[in-house]
Amino acid sequence: MGNLGIIFRRELASYFATPLAYIFIVIFLIMNGIFTFDLGGFYLRGQADLLPFFSFHPWLYLFMVPAVAMGLWADERKTGTIELLMTLPIKLSEAVLGKFLAAWGLTGIALFLTFPFWITVNYLGDPDNGVIMAAYLGSWFMAGGFLAIGSCMSASTKNPVIAFILTVSICFLFVVMGSPIVLNAFPQWTPQFIVDAFAAMGFLTHFDSISKGVLDIRDFLFFAIFIFSWLLASAIVIEIKKAN
Amino acid sequence: MIEVDHLTKKFDQVTAISDLSFTVVEGEVLGFLGPNGAGKSTTMKVITGFLFPTEGTVKIDGFDITRSPIEAKSLIGYLPEGAPCYGDMTTREFLYFIARIRGYRGAEIKNRVDRVVKEVALETVFHQSIDTLSKGFKRRVGLAQAIMHDPKVLILDEPTDGLDPNQKHHVRELIKNLAKDKIVIISTHILEEVSAVCTRAIIIDQGKIVADGTPAELESRSRYHQAVSIRLTTSHDLAADLAGCPDVDHVEQDSEDPLRYTILAKDGKPIFSAVSELAQSKHWPVSEFHINKGQLEDVFRTITQGLHREIK
Repeated sequence: MGNLGIIFRRELASYFATPLAYIFIVIFLIMNGIFTFDLGGFYLRGQADLLPFFSFHPWLYLFMVPAVAMGLWADERKTGTIELLMTLPIKLSEAVLGKFLAAWGLTGIALFLTFPFWITVNYLGDPDNGVIMAAYLGSWFMAGGFLAIGSCMSASTKNPVIAFILTVSICFLFVVMGSPIVLNAFPQWTPQFIVDAFAAMGFLTHFDSISKGVLDIRDFLFFAIFIFSWLLASAIVIEIKKAN
Repeated sequence: MIEVDHLTKKFDQVTAISDLSFTVVEGEVLGFLGPNGAGKSTTMKVITGFLFPTEGTVKIDGFDITRSPIEAKSLIGYLPEGAPCYGDMTTREFLYFIARIRGYRGAEIKNRVDRVVKEVALETVFHQSIDTLSKGFKRRVGLAQAIMHDPKVLILDEPTDGLDPNQKHHVRELIKNLAKDKIVIISTHILEEVSAVCTRAIIIDQGKIVADGTPAELESRSRYHQAVSIRLTTSHDLAADLAGCPDVDHVEQDSEDPLRYTILAKDGKPIFSAVSELAQSKHWPVSEFHINKGQLEDVFRTITQGLHREIK
């Protein structure tokens, strides 16, 4: 096990050492239930798919994922353990990635525990399980995107609450970026490529197609590059800010 | 060997340390002294690779801390100021984590952890979460973490700050035992600690080295060096008797105890025998009589406050 694995394990264990992981998972499951069965009209639609389940994920993640990410680096700076971590013989990239993967792993576990929804829909009908698998994967990647933003925001402050608020704000921006509300707000004379670039950066643009079963590698690539960029930004912010 | 070469660290416009150069070799226990904000902690943070120097280099056994950070950091055990540890972990989990990061695998992990736990006496809190530990125990967990890999270089930022006298004594004994073939750098503002454990002391003020020598050498720079302290049973005019003594500078009377006097030597010359002969021949009513080595505290104040005055 390399340093990356050691840090990953420590971070994941620390989520479960406090009530945070359990609270996160329980609330995530309850909210999913409410959204899917009540608000999403799961039964009324009379269709054997999990579209109502997945379509609420961006909005659920908007508030839940920043809560997981807010302590990633802010707590280290607040308690001074960052000085301990950064003077151990490890690379900064191992620390950034290890922490991110632990948080991503936690959201993965929460997502996995929604399997009763999948069983329900399979019991009631005959859904396309390939589409559901793809949607699960897409949802997890989107959570990774939110987390990467959270990692960077957490690195920029000592205060986890500030990190939370900043993360929610920026995530909101990326969620709505591709939506018609924002795109229609552009004046007529705006060059098309700018509007397109905006639309292409939006989470909804990519997630909608994945959740409908359109498995385009470019959508996954978008999230992968998005995650990488924000983690790189995290590393840079940590280097600059660790002294204060 | 640690080579610090023309080290400068600036934060925006503030220069925390400027043009610091010194070398520390195996077997030395270097005490880093200075008033608060003098740059002690900053220097340690740069040496351990937490902060990058603005200018200059630090080499640990030939490894440049900025160019080969992993190799250099592997040689260092570091206790940061306040001994930060992951509070949600138990002592056991935390030390296992450190042992793994330090590259130990399999049975070796347990051996290492058991050894340091014994060394700093953590058996009683082994399964307790670090958040619930007292300050003294937390400090010891931090020390255990720092000595896990039997490092060649041990850097301790205020290792005894906030400990009770017994714990202080214990930590000092530990440092002395560790120091034999290692380099130890400790920062402190407790001056008795320097005399107790250090073989060398560097005083820094405003980011510059203002004194460097063995504790004895620094003490000899005190105006109390070679001074003789006397307590009399009844009052007696010492100054008149001492007028004929060429090496005696002057006599100071204690403000709280008028029967207590300090006879200061001129330029640190030995005056003990001359004064003791005089005391016998003049029949001073002496109840206490001893020689002063010099006070580190006095040297510290003279050196560091002198600088401040110049600047003002």
